[in-house]
Amino acid sequence: MTESNSFVSDDDLRRPAVRAVRRVLNVLLLAFLVVVALGPLLWLAKSAVTPAQETLRRPMSLWPSGPDWSIVSDAWTSLDLGRYLVNTVVIAVGSWAVQMLVATTGGYALSVLRPSYGRFLYGAVLVTMFVPTVVLLVPLYLTALDVPLVHVSLVDTYWGAFLPAGASAFNVALVKRFFDNLPSEVIEAARVDGAGPVRLFTSIVLPMSRPVLGVVSVFALLAAWKDFIWPLLVLPDPAKQPISVRLPALAPVTPVDTFLAALLVSTALPIAFFLVFQRFFLRSEGIDGAVKG
Amino acid sequence: MVRAMRWVRGSGPATLLFLLPMLLVFGLFSWWPIARTVVMAFQQTNLVEPAHWVGLDNFHRVLTDPLLPTAIRNTAVFAGLAFVFGYPVPLLLAVVMSDLRRLRGLYAALAYLPVVVPPAVAVLLWQFFYDATDTGVFNTALGWFGIGPVPWLVSPHWVLPALVIQATWAAAGGTVIIYLAALTSVPRELYDAAQVDGAGVLRKLWHITLPHLRGIMLVTLILQIIGTAQVFLEPYLFTDGGPDNASLTVLLLIYNYAFGSTTGGGDYGDATALSLMLAVALALLSWLYFRLTRSWSE
Repeated sequence: MTESNSFVSDDDLRRPAVRAVRRVLNVLLLAFLVVVALGPLLWLAKSAVTPAQETLRRPMSLWPSGPDWSIVSDAWTSLDLGRYLVNTVVIAVGSWAVQMLVATTGGYALSVLRPSYGRFLYGAVLVTMFVPTVVLLVPLYLTALDVPLVHVSLVDTYWGAFLPAGASAFNVALVKRFFDNLPSEVIEAARVDGAGPVRLFTSIVLPMSRPVLGVVSVFALLAAWKDFIWPLLVLPDPAKQPISVRLPALAPVTPVDTFLAALLVSTALPIAFFLVFQRFFLRSEGIDGAVKG
Repeated sequence: MVRAMRWVRGSGPATLLFLLPMLLVFGLFSWWPIARTVVMAFQQTNLVEPAHWVGLDNFHRVLTDPLLPTAIRNTAVFAGLAFVFGYPVPLLLAVVMSDLRRLRGLYAALAYLPVVVPPAVAVLLWQFFYDATDTGVFNTALGWFGIGPVPWLVSPHWVLPALVIQATWAAAGGTVIIYLAALTSVPRELYDAAQVDGAGVLRKLWHITLPHLRGIMLVTLILQIIGTAQVFLEPYLFTDGGPDNASLTVLLLIYNYAFGSTTGGGDYGDATALSLMLAVALALLSWLYFRLTRSWSE
């Protein structure tokens, strides 16, 4: 019996030729992944603690003069990286909060409360999936300059970064689909016991939805961290910009070693985040996340 | 019971309250900008004076812009190169990975790692790799094999392939995960039955595994086309469309109309007219994608 479903069965594995080819392929795959996927990041880690002259003259030398940690601490203070990292965290957390609020309340109303016009509304939400956000850049920017109804400008405010992130049809669809599949007996029982719509939402539906909320959360946080073009437009004030927007502006005026250290610092947090929550990223729900990216 | 059921189907205040965040956020930042694109494409506006209708002038000006064919050609070449080089890579990786009995999680995590790197950071890092002198990172490595130096970003012929290589590096991991999920869902009975019929490894791969992936391969293909049609960040940060407009893409042209520093920007009508045309093309592709995912998941 085979352990996993694969085109190579245990019977096949008894043939020496199959075993040899598999071993070669596995070694090649590992070598490829280490060199191509991990390699650039290892080079960045090495060069961030290597003096600029060494990196420029012999970029591929393995360990020219030993690590010089002062480069990283210099970059931290001279480029004021702490401030931009805080800005990035603020934008990521705020965008996450707005996305969670919109997706859970909207998904709950559409899936559980089901008003008569719900189908129409859900259609209007899904239709926006067909219109990529980057194409809407110009009208979105003009909307942020002068928000209809309230006539305030969101430019150079964090709300300008948070609020548009909430308009994610994928989040609403993902959460609504999950709510649709919650056991209806539990919801009916709570209704019979006299739970109102708010109570049902906070004590029954939300606690039962941790898996989907986890998936939406990790992709929302990572997407906000990776975003570049929208924060570039909506936050022209450098003091408010996240680190990815700030780095290109710093590139021409910063020594090479300091700059590479800054790149390392701004990559370290998302990588640590991924390593901690990798099971959310590497499961099949990632399909929707990949679509969004 | 009757009272408890009443709010369920009603459009009472509670339902509206729950819908409010979605209505506000989608209304202001999705539905309104979409409607505005359609309107602004037929208007002339500079944000100071009130907008006025100009009919098809914006479309006419955009369609006769000598840069538009360049931008479309570059975007198409980018998409084509991404298809030739980038499309098979995740599939090959995922097929070999799916046969791993141990440590598959480690391999998958390694493959996904570049996806986590913020794109702006990745591009700035790869700018060092693409240094065109013979002491550049890639050119040093190529020099060990007697190749190069390759002019990478400074040559109009090399710039698009260079951008495609970086974009493939940045995106392949996400597609690997999609394929892995599809590969592990192949019913085991099919493999067992083929085994009984005496099929070897390659025959199973060709007659069971790959046919099972056909649907998802089409989906990732369309996703990739939609993604590459919107390529912006790489040409914007790597080369700002250069050298000599060799990496100017459609979205970069839209951006330059509206916000560009060299052209002066402010041509919001032209920008939205081109956005509208691109959006219609992408919407058709997305619609196709939606149809396929539906039939694939059913």
